[in-house]
Amino acid sequence: MIRVEGLGRSFGAIRAIDGVGFEARNGRITGLLGPNGAGKSTTLRVLYTVLRPDAGSASVDGIDVIRDPLAARRTIGVLPHSAGIYPQLTARENIAYFGALHGLSGEPLARRVDELISELDITDCATRRAKGFSQGQRIKVALARALVHRPQNLLLDEPSNGLDVMATRALRALILALKAAGHCVLFSSHVMQEVAALCDDIVIIDHGRVVASGTPGQLLAQFGAPTLEDAFVAAIGDARGLE
Amino acid sequence: MIVMLKELRESLRDRRTLLTSLVLGPVFAPLFFILILKLTLARSVTAQDEATPVTVANAASAPNLVQQLRENGLTVTLRDGTEQQIRAWIADTDGLVVLRIPGNFGERFAAGQPAPVVIYADGSDSRAERRSDRVYQAIAGYSRLIGSLRLQARGVSPTIMHAVVVDNVDVSTPSARATLLLGMLSYVILLVTLLGGIYLAIDATAGERERGSLEALLTVPAAREQLIYGKVAAAAIMMILALALVTTSIAAALRYVPLETFGMTANFGPGVALRVFLVTLPFAMIGAGLLTVVASFTRSYKEAQSWLGVVMLVPTVPIAIASVLSVQPTAMLMLVPSLSQHLVIQGLMRGEPLAAAWVLLSIASSLLLGLLLGWLAGRLYRREAILG
Repeated sequence: MIRVEGLGRSFGAIRAIDGVGFEARNGRITGLLGPNGAGKSTTLRVLYTVLRPDAGSASVDGIDVIRDPLAARRTIGVLPHSAGIYPQLTARENIAYFGALHGLSGEPLARRVDELISELDITDCATRRAKGFSQGQRIKVALARALVHRPQNLLLDEPSNGLDVMATRALRALILALKAAGHCVLFSSHVMQEVAALCDDIVIIDHGRVVASGTPGQLLAQFGAPTLEDAFVAAIGDARGLE
Repeated sequence: MIVMLKELRESLRDRRTLLTSLVLGPVFAPLFFILILKLTLARSVTAQDEATPVTVANAASAPNLVQQLRENGLTVTLRDGTEQQIRAWIADTDGLVVLRIPGNFGERFAAGQPAPVVIYADGSDSRAERRSDRVYQAIAGYSRLIGSLRLQARGVSPTIMHAVVVDNVDVSTPSARATLLLGMLSYVILLVTLLGGIYLAIDATAGERERGSLEALLTVPAAREQLIYGKVAAAAIMMILALALVTTSIAAALRYVPLETFGMTANFGPGVALRVFLVTLPFAMIGAGLLTVVASFTRSYKEAQSWLGVVMLVPTVPIAIASVLSVQPTAMLMLVPSLSQHLVIQGLMRGEPLAAAWVLLSIASSLLLGLLLGWLAGRLYRREAILG
């Protein structure tokens, strides 16, 4: 459960986000949709506590991410935009390192890592060093790393970036499985089809503001558009027209 | 703690890093250094009193000459052979010098005429060349002696032969040169120590950011300072490892350098090596903190590398200034990192250890600075700008 209200943050003279507010509920997949530079990543970075907002509030499972970032971090799993992994460590060690940093150790940690390796189907590269991994393998390892402490909430920043068709399908299946298990999944994307295929709720962001939100059905009705893409264009167009 | 272990493990995995941090620096630097030292010493030692072996062929006709050579400290071996055979001996034996006394030597010598001798040596062999020089000097001395005696026998003062007498005064004694070189040894130790941690420091900060794993790392439920302390500690451990290796290799290598020849007590035995190691430990703390702080400011691996190249020179500055001014250790100087270690190491190597209070001062002030730098690195990581 993620709640964001009136979130704002500037970088120098640029107002990256300006009053972003939405809610992402458990057991649902919420998509942050918007063109490049709309403020999706900034919003997520505030949520996963590496940036402090200069306005508004954000909470995860009722924990204020600004006031108690350590507690908030325990309840979230994060796949950052540039999800680098350690090239000198094997896939297994990469995952185990984060598990250890989350306070796991010994037998439970080893079991959890095994679980993730089989769930994400990375058995073949588990004991190889990550140096020569494909983009798909790297994303999977980074995802396993994000899931190692069984977080209730998942924040994924453009997870399908650079993935091929098969890897994208596998990723979708995983996200749907997490939803079925009652997790709250929030992911950002600028790919319309992906959001349409997965999301229960969509939050459209442009120029640091939420310009529309709701279920796909609500959005279609709101803009009287035949497809989500038309609704998206209409929403962005409306927002730009206002300026 | 977890961060430290992981950084160390990652570093040890990377063969190239390992090679530069722990092999090239700690092992080859002292070896190279000691090679230079040894060469310097070897050249001056031979000029003094190395026993020079010489083989004299057909010595029967010149017993007095052979006696003279022996009195000059040459080790004379008698062996008969023709010129052909002599050439074969030299080809077979390295550094062999042969003095051949021709058959007409005795006859001409007795007649007061210039008596010929021939020295055979391989001129491309520097050892043989030095030896043949010694043999030549000895024979020349003998020749002068006989010449003087002959003049005296004819009622002429031998001093008439010496129009000018040259006296050489060599101000740069070989031991002074060696001391200078030993002075550089402490700098080698400090530099190699820094070098040991440099790759880890870069990789753990600028490298982590460039790979894009920093953001993920910052989302784990640990305070950012804790993460960076782990990285600083890992860098410090690498440096300590390099330090241990370099002191060991210096101690091992110095055993093969005959420093005693100059009355120098450059004792670098296990005891001194251990003390040098302990005294330099706090410097590893400073190095780890400093490198991490500097690397944290940089945006990329490349930038970090070029900056740290400059930082590596920082510890040279106090040492260089001190050498130029040839300062004596004082309590104030013990507060200057790198210089205080330099002075303490120098004291230990000369066998004139500094007062315990000063050594403690050096250790304490360096430790304090190291902790301060570590804390500063922690502060830096609390800023958002660290994400770049």
